[in-house]
Amino acid sequence: MELLKNILGIVLSIVGACALTMIAFHRDEPVNALWIVTAAVCVYLLGYRFYSAWIAAKVLSVDASRATPAERHDNGRDFVPTHRWIVFGHHFAAIAGPGPLVGPTLAAQFGYLPGTLWIMAGAVLGGCVQDMTILLLSTRRDGRSLGQMARDELGPFGGFAALIGTLLIMIILIAVLGLVVVNAMKHSPWATSTVFATVPIAILVGLYLRRWRPGRVLEASVLGVALVLFAVVSGGWIDSSPTLRAAFDFSAVPLAGFVIVYGWLAAILPVWLLLAPRDYLSTFLKLGTVAALAVALLLMHPMIKMPAMTQFIDGSGPLFGGKVFPFVFITIACGAVSGFHALVSSGTTPKIIASEGDVRLVGYGSMALESLVAIMAIIAATLLDPGVYFAINTGAGIVGAAPDAAVHTITGWGFPVTVEQMKALANDMGETSLFARTGGAPSLAVGMASIFGSSFGRGLLSIWYHFAIMFEAVFILTTLDAGTRVGRFMLQDLLGNLWKPMGRTSWYPSVLIASALVVAGWGYFLYIGVIDPNGGINILWPLFGIANQMLAAIALCVATGIIIKSGKVRYAWVTALPLAWLALITSTAAWQKLTSADPKLGFFAAANDLAVKLANGVLPPEKAAVAPQLIFNQRLDGWLTMFFLAVVWFVILDMLRVSIRFLRGRPVASSSEAPYQVSRLTST
Amino acid sequence: MSQHMSMRNIWRWIRAATGDDAYERYVEHHAAKHPGEPLLTRAAFYEESQRRKWSGVTRCC
Repeated sequence: MELLKNILGIVLSIVGACALTMIAFHRDEPVNALWIVTAAVCVYLLGYRFYSAWIAAKVLSVDASRATPAERHDNGRDFVPTHRWIVFGHHFAAIAGPGPLVGPTLAAQFGYLPGTLWIMAGAVLGGCVQDMTILLLSTRRDGRSLGQMARDELGPFGGFAALIGTLLIMIILIAVLGLVVVNAMKHSPWATSTVFATVPIAILVGLYLRRWRPGRVLEASVLGVALVLFAVVSGGWIDSSPTLRAAFDFSAVPLAGFVIVYGWLAAILPVWLLLAPRDYLSTFLKLGTVAALAVALLLMHPMIKMPAMTQFIDGSGPLFGGKVFPFVFITIACGAVSGFHALVSSGTTPKIIASEGDVRLVGYGSMALESLVAIMAIIAATLLDPGVYFAINTGAGIVGAAPDAAVHTITGWGFPVTVEQMKALANDMGETSLFARTGGAPSLAVGMASIFGSSFGRGLLSIWYHFAIMFEAVFILTTLDAGTRVGRFMLQDLLGNLWKPMGRTSWYPSVLIASALVVAGWGYFLYIGVIDPNGGINILWPLFGIANQMLAAIALCVATGIIIKSGKVRYAWVTALPLAWLALITSTAAWQKLTSADPKLGFFAAANDLAVKLANGVLPPEKAAVAPQLIFNQRLDGWLTMFFLAVVWFVILDMLRVSIRFLRGRPVASSSEAPYQVSRLTST
Repeated sequence: MSQHMSMRNIWRWIRAATGDDAYERYVEHHAAKHPGEPLLTRAAFYEESQRRKWSGVTRCC
């Protein structure tokens, strides 16, 4: 058996190496997407087979004989020992959100190679390691959260930093996701009506699950998914009726208003009515669509049309400013390393894991699969004609609002595209225009529609496109609902320190006020993003990436500190190296965003540039009207970046302080690990 | 656990993976560990488990 596994390892290495050579060195001729998929799958399997096994044995001393919290506290409710493949499914469904779809789509402006290599390397050496380590550490500590572990093992400062960091990331994250949905629905009656229809459908499913057939998850989900698919098709009928069409044709500002009011309602309504049923729908759609996309990619095995690297690695990119280093590593957070996963890995999952031996599959394995989703997203973006990709993803503020001007500029970059081509494409997809649909969702939907279309029938392109939009919107809205709620709990916790009653999570005035504050926080960034003529994503997404990577740095700090305190300083590089890399890229990116004199990159430079133009009266009237708000926002983003940078470096220094004290034999906070208890569960 | 791929088994797996059988598992646990104590109804158990699930970070980006 061992011999067989070793032979498998050797075969994987050879195939993987060949595939990597194909994508990295055959730059003159177009490369087939299957090479990318093959390389990625080999890299993940090798990482799983060898690196994760070594970490589990040597660094974490995973001990299958040790009883997990699920066994020790088994209560039939939240602590339930669960089969490893079911835990894997739950954990994957929890970590895989819209992040790995949007980030790689945006990073494709650098070409397919930088993003692809970072997704693979970042996952096997960073993201998977972080997820598995935090999962095991939390499992050893009765399922305690990252914030609690930071407080117990490093000190009160670490815990506070983790809490504040999480809350702010949540706010930026929801804003950017809201912006993606708004941009996908803008002046698209088909997309808007479909996304709107998911709300009453979710409520219907919620009533079914609570009142009519309590807890019958499967029946309700099948019913809900069928209704959602019907909503996609009927969106096409609405789109073809002139009167109904007008009723769902909105510009971005009112759509942002809808999303803001919706987010507030979802946070204050009982979870069973809207949030929980929407989540069942989105989980089913997500798993089904990802599987279908993988099958369709294998059937279609498309050629990649984007060059390996574009000229935009020099920092002149139209989607967002900044050179390939460090910005490809910031833009692709989810799919490579995502700090947010540390919160899920120290939440529900450690309470249901039946054996410590399962953390490899659940922690490392789920992240590897999410990384593969990110690979599929970058393929969907790079199989489009590059000219089309840039026409969809570049804001009107950069290439001009008129189609003629836009195609002229983009063709001038060396990526030919014509107005007729864009018109035909929009017509195929059932949209009036696909120019300047920033945010990543429309271009991903075009990519997915062409993959599905050529594998499962071309005649249905417009249905596939709107299915893809609905699919993204449904689980973006789930993340938005769930995030607003979690943000509300955190804020109530913080405000409870100032005034006791605010801390009572079920006291209704506190619920209303805290929810309104969280919604106002992300609503502000969403509104600014919507009125920004450059599309808003170019500012918000890097901010989100920096914040998410900094949360990963905090998680890796906690892990490194614990590994050193357990007397394994010689293995601390396993988490310390990814930590050092994240500290380097986030600090470099933050520094450039703060100090760059280029208005496309630096927050303060952009604010000053706009202020000068406004004072000199050279701005067109519509831009001058929003300029004061944009100037204020750029400065606010700058201050926020400075705050993130300070928090992450304080946590790193705190971790180093604790580690050095330990290594010098001085007293440190003792380990918060639960005592060893032998497992009585028979291995499954 | 030696499991063959019968339709029955597959169905059991699907129910377990989706949480469709959560109430039955709770009733089983209750009968084994806390006999005689009051048992939640199906609807009350569902509502409580959703409230618990959604009071922490259960979804990511």
